[in-house]
This record gives sequence, structure tokens and C-alpha cells, in this order.
Amino acid sequence: MTYLAKSPWIIHYDASSCNGCDIEVLAALTPVYDVERFGIVNTGNPKHADVFLVTGSVNEQNREILKNTYDQMADPKVVVAIGICAASGGIFRECYNVMGGIDKVIPVDVFVPGCAARPEAIIDGVVKALGILEAKRQAMNDRPAATRKPAGDSV
Amino acid sequence: MIPEPYEAIVKAIIYLLLAPVLGGLIAGIDRKVTARMQGRVGPPLLQPFYDVGKFFEKENLVVTTTQNFYALSYLVFMAVAGALFFSGGDMLLVIFAFTLSHIFLVLGAYAAFSPYSHIGAERELIQIIAYEPMIILTAVGMYMVTKSFYVGSIVQSTTPIILYLPGVFIGYLIVLTIKLRKSPFDLSTSHHAHQEIVKGVTTDFAGPNLGRIEIAHWYEYVFLLGVVYLFFAWNPFIAIAAIIIAYFLEILIDNTTSRVKWQMTLRSAWLVAGTLGVINLGVLYYLRMVVVP
Ligand code: SF4
Repeated sequence: MTYLAKSPWIIHYDASSCNGCDIEVLAALTPVYDVERFGIVNTGNPKHADVFLVTGSVNEQNREILKNTYDQMADPKVVVAIGICAASGGIFRECYNVMGGIDKVIPVDVFVPGCAARPEAIIDGVVKALGILEAKRQAMNDRPAATRKPAGDSV
Repeated sequence: MIPEPYEAIVKAIIYLLLAPVLGGLIAGIDRKVTARMQGRVGPPLLQPFYDVGKFFEKENLVVTTTQNFYALSYLVFMAVAGALFFSGGDMLLVIFAFTLSHIFLVLGAYAAFSPYSHIGAERELIQIIAYEPMIILTAVGMYMVTKSFYVGSIVQSTTPIILYLPGVFIGYLIVLTIKLRKSPFDLSTSHHAHQEIVKGVTTDFAGPNLGRIEIAHWYEYVFLLGVVYLFFAWNPFIAIAAIIIAYFLEILIDNTTSRVKWQMTLRSAWLVAGTLGVINLGVLYYLRMVVVP
């Protein structure tokens, strides 16, 4: 295990969730579960985050914001889609403004099922994402230096 | 024994190597104690090292390349300030390097374009303005007691400095709260997860640059607690105990108070410097000049 898996900082974005999944995400961050035991910190800043937790489906209003937040995160990064809405649009998928699951806009690494997803399932999903994060870090290091993004160019 | 001229250099090198280790451990203990105060288990003791290790594994994402320069300068000048201090250098020079390093942090935050970063930079400047008088009064106070600005002479003085400078010491503790970025004075950025201005000065630093800033904080911790040591330098055991109690108090204050506005920070820091600090030094001056000429 590398440092990355020991210190995954998360950022949480509510796309168009009914708030059910959000409450469960926040429940996982309370002292009851105390995710700081695993080095997890809930940051509000995409530039400091490694894991992107998204709840709810993506709609025409927030697709830009979702994309922008994702783009601001430094590589390696993973996305965890929480709840059925984030996976496919869920019960809102027929709505006129809903585009569907968030994988329509950004690449998703882990889907956590449930309506609402339980805190235990969310923590499980994040732990699964850590394995992917580690694989991505190795892929990033293996990439030939020439194809790597030079520092300063990534605005 | 090490010959005299090299002694200072050796001490400086020891500080440069050991201070990040010690500072990281202090940060780890801080997070652990904070968690216990909040009824949580808390992260592993070495968590700050994992965090910094991670920052260096991430991509170097910057808004402008000048940020790299500013983050590095912040680290270098902070390390220089501490090295000068621990090698027994001139207190005034130490304070100069210390302030300069923070100016680089502020410039780094201004170099980015985000409004959060800018507000953080502004607040950092206000914090510098708030604590600077008290830090200088501390150096002046130590000079009045030991007749020297050199840390090497102050630390060898057999006078219990704390008995002459109780007001200055209390003032310094309040300034320490600002410097350790603890509530109620954690305006510009805080070690707590969320803040109203995202992450203030550090908002636009990511990856390795954030790691450098964090290591600079570790150097800073050791330096600031080194100043606490000077007040009790005549007895190392009491000095260590004083450092532990002072740091514990800082954590307690951090967890029991909420963030205040910048006006309040400035007012309280200056009020303390202006009353406790100046009255303390005034009394000392009077005693030295008038009572025991
Ligand atoms: S999955 Fe269910 S609980 Fe979660 S946001 Fe959608 S409707 Fe709400």
C-alpha cells in the first residue's frame, strides 16, 4: 500500500439528489463511523481531494459544475457514484431535465447501489475505489514521461 | 567535541533534518488528541506523514507556475528562520526570515485567481499584522532580561525569564493560537475539514506544493515551541513540561471556541500586545532603571 490509499481525501457533490443519499454520506462522516481512522478527510476543495463522491442524477443545470469539479481534481483521482440516481437517474430518469446517471458526464469508477445507499455500503464503495486509485497511480507513473502533463500547463 | 565555529552549522543541520520529523509527530498527536476530545478514535499517529507522502504522489496541478516558486520559498525561508534560531542566531534576524516566509505564502495565494484564495491571502496578511507586534515584544523582552538578542546567549542565561516576562508570555501564547492556525483565530486557513472560504490561502495549492506548505508548517511548529522553551530555558524539564501544557491548552481552545471575525482577531492580538506586553516591559524598565540602578 502506498500513501495514497492511506490518506484518501474526499469531496462530496450533490448533483440532483433527493438528499436521501447525502444524509447517508454525511452519516458516514460523523463520529459514529469516524472515517478519519482511515485517514479520510472530507474536504470542500476539489484541488485537495482524491475521491469524488457524487449523489443524485445529473441534469442540464449542473452538468457543467460536475465536469468542472472533476477537472479541477489532481490525478490520480476516482469517482464514486452513490445511489441509484447517480447510477442511472433512478426514479427521476424520466424527468424532462434529467440526463441520467453521472457517467453521462464524467467517468465513474465505482457504483454504490441502494436507494438510499447505506453508510456501510458507501464506506465499502470508497474502500473499493482506493484499490482503483492505487492502480491509477501506477498507470500514471508507468506512463512515459513525454506524455505526462507538464507542471503548469494544466489550467 | 565539535570545534566552536562549526557548532552552529551542526546545530542548524540537525534542526533541518529532525524538525520535520518532530513537527509531523506533533501534528499527529494534535489530530489524535483533537479526535479524542470529540469522542472519536482519530487517525493513526503517523497520519500527517501519510498525507504529505500522498501529496508528493499526486500530479503537480498549478494555476500558474509562479505558485511552485512561492510554495518553495515559503518552505525555504521557514526552514532558514528555524535553523537560525536553533543555531543560536540573532532573534531579530529570525523574526525577519519568519515574516518573509509568510509573505511568500500570501504572494502564492494571490498568484492564483480564485476569490477564496484571495480572501485567504488577505486574512493571512491581517494575521501577520496582528501577531507581529507581540513577536517583536517577545524578542525585546528577552533582550531586556538577558541583555542579548542572540538565542545562544538567551538559552544559556540562568535567569528564569518567565518570572520577568509573565505578561509577554501570556501574550505570546495568544499569538501562538494565531500561528498554529487554531480556532478562534484560524481565519486564513484551518486544519479543520470545512471552512467558509474553502481552504483559504491553501485553496489553490495542490499535490507537491501543498506538501511543501505542510512541511513548512512542521518547521514552524518546532520553531514556535522553541520560543516557548526560551522562557523557561534555565530548567529544561520545566521547559518541556511548559511546552506540553501550552500545546494541550491550544488544542483545548481550538476545540471549544468558534472562529471569530478578522476585526476581533486584530483587536484581541493588539490589545494583548498593547496591555500585557507593553505594561510588562514598562514595569521591567522601571525596575531596572529606577529601583535597582
Ligand atoms: S438513490 Fe434514492 S435516496 Fe438516493 S438520491 Fe436517488 S432517490 Fe434519493
